[in-house]
Amino acid sequence: MAGPIVYRTRRNVLHMAALAAAASVIAPRLSKADAKAVEAEIKKLYDGKTMAEGRVKLDVPQIAENGLVVPITVDVESPMTEQNYVKAVHVYADGNPLPGVFTFRFSPLSGRASASTRMRLAQTQNIVAVAEMSDGSLFTTKAEVKVTIGGCGG
Amino acid sequence: MISRRHFLHATAAAHALALASGLGPLGRAAAQQRLTEADILRFEPLGQVTILHVTDIHAQLVPLHFREPSINLGVGPAKGKPPHLTDQAFRDFFKVANGSADAHALTADDFTQLARTYGRMGGMDRVARLVSAVRAERGADKVLLLDGGDTWQGSWTSLQTRGDDMVQVMNALGVEAMTSHWEFTYGEDRVKELAEKSKAAFLAQNIRDNEWQEPVFEPRKVFEKGGARIAVIGQAFPRTPIANPRWMIPKWEFGLREEDVQKQVDEARAEGADVVVLLSHNGFDVDAKLATRVNGIDVILTAHTHDAMPGVVTAGRTILVATGSHGKFVSRLDLDIRDKKVAGYRYKLLPVFSDAIRPDAAMSGLIETIRKPFAGVLAEEIGRTDSLLYRRGNFNGTFDDLIAEAMLAERDAEIALTPGFRWGGTLLPGDPITFEAIANATAITYPACYRMEMTGAQLKDVLEDIADNIFHPDPYFQGGGDMVRLGGVGYAIDVSATMGRRISDLTLLKTGKPLEAAKAYTVAGWASVNQGTQGPPIWDVVKAHVARRKTVRVEPNSAVKVSGA
Repeated sequence: MAGPIVYRTRRNVLHMAALAAAASVIAPRLSKADAKAVEAEIKKLYDGKTMAEGRVKLDVPQIAENGLVVPITVDVESPMTEQNYVKAVHVYADGNPLPGVFTFRFSPLSGRASASTRMRLAQTQNIVAVAEMSDGSLFTTKAEVKVTIGGCGG
Repeated sequence: MISRRHFLHATAAAHALALASGLGPLGRAAAQQRLTEADILRFEPLGQVTILHVTDIHAQLVPLHFREPSINLGVGPAKGKPPHLTDQAFRDFFKVANGSADAHALTADDFTQLARTYGRMGGMDRVARLVSAVRAERGADKVLLLDGGDTWQGSWTSLQTRGDDMVQVMNALGVEAMTSHWEFTYGEDRVKELAEKSKAAFLAQNIRDNEWQEPVFEPRKVFEKGGARIAVIGQAFPRTPIANPRWMIPKWEFGLREEDVQKQVDEARAEGADVVVLLSHNGFDVDAKLATRVNGIDVILTAHTHDAMPGVVTAGRTILVATGSHGKFVSRLDLDIRDKKVAGYRYKLLPVFSDAIRPDAAMSGLIETIRKPFAGVLAEEIGRTDSLLYRRGNFNGTFDDLIAEAMLAERDAEIALTPGFRWGGTLLPGDPITFEAIANATAITYPACYRMEMTGAQLKDVLEDIADNIFHPDPYFQGGGDMVRLGGVGYAIDVSATMGRRISDLTLLKTGKPLEAAKAYTVAGWASVNQGTQGPPIWDVVKAHVARRKTVRVEPNSAVKVSGA
């Protein structure tokens, strides 16, 4: 589950503080079966609506340094006006006991649909982000994070 | 991707010893090819700048034997390409004559005989001599000396002085910038302290404090040499917190940070750099990939994987240099820079043959002073070896077999795990096993030899995980190093299979029976990255075992069956 909100740089603090107020950790509940089942359930959550690839950028490490606190940043490319904005970003981890990681909610006042936090990952798995736009359209992206015990050499 | 036609043999001239037509068995003609210091240094200068590169010295102050691997498999795009060539294939590719001094320095077969002919390699006083000779010949203001890291760890003196001995030596050598990996096993505070004491700029663009994501160290530094501005970007080993104890560096985050490398390059160019050098500890294959994805790097000085190549590899405009390890080599790269571009270059891997090179007197004195308080401990003869003891190889090393055997015997375990470290010296048949030799293979800051229970299934998971970190076809998922070595257990590995499917036929050697997935076995191991690991230091375990056996003999290991290579 998501840890405390962590900001990427000091410069971003003010900007991000606005977001923090809007963020909440209430991702829809899913129970873990396997990656395929989780994917199917995510589709179900959105009434089987089409999810387009793109616009959502997921910044996660390819290899986690510490599965207990894996940094994650989501960023959605979109205007943030009353007419057209990002309502929310939901993040799922398809190999965790509880796949729902977090939901960040945004408003036009957020200025930008971008947020960072940390999550706990039990094993190597896919991270799926779904962005909900004000017009009801959905965008998604996926990234794999490897959780390893290591093995060192040089 | 790098293709065969991209490979250059820039130093073919320097290595133009005739191919071994009619030489007969390896080593036959060796004695006639003794190198002199002048031979080693011979180089026709080019352009206005010389870069000297040393790396992965692993705190080896005095000459030693170090056998290169006979198995060094490449996977994915690296399969069958340098540096993943060994023995005859390596010599054929780089036109190195069988039995020659270079053959001894760079390949593994016939190691014992050639070692007796050509003697030990390395020694920081010899390295100092080469560096000062190049500076004298070229003009010190034209020479930039860079260190790729893994410098402060690997010997008893470095462990006892917590890296201070190496900082003294590298300061005396006049290193101008370094990056790092094993340095971090001294912990955050000590690294900062030593980085401060080091006259070399401690560069690492890819380390952030994990609270504010701010850079912990200087990312790059510009050096003016021969009228050119050379930007050096440091890249520490990206997987340090995975491969080594994270608890020793709890506030720092690493990672490859490819986009940030690009940013550093772009900033350096914008500031007017004529040449951009990446001083990297990524490992060769990772850098070979990075070179195809980051634009504008002229030179990558590679490290970590301990590859030594007597020629450079190019990927587009980027030149990759591989300098080897343990002070065996110094790389010299001359650059002809015109209009902010490398218009030409000339490269030579200088082999540090300790018998051929006159030691630098001041450095010899410093090394003696450093070693003096430990002289008695270092020289203590614990036993002798009847067979060649070495470490490198993807799956086995006889020195590791000895360590594993010591753990099985001294810790009363059914199975022993010993890490696939690529550092540690080689002993010839008949050599004494001194405490120094044991320390050279074991001197780390987390040496506890633990004893625990593991099921067959857990052991397989561990092997699969480590195998994936070595044989993943995408170099960005490779961590460097070799397979963990097993005592008491044999297995089969298909290196080209996917994660979870590489390892099979785990067999308990004592009984010849398959390992049972659900059964718990007593396992001894060392170098655990977990905090609070209990057990005696591994060097005491090995010492006790060698003392008991007096003379050790390690037979070639046939317990690992490799396929898919």
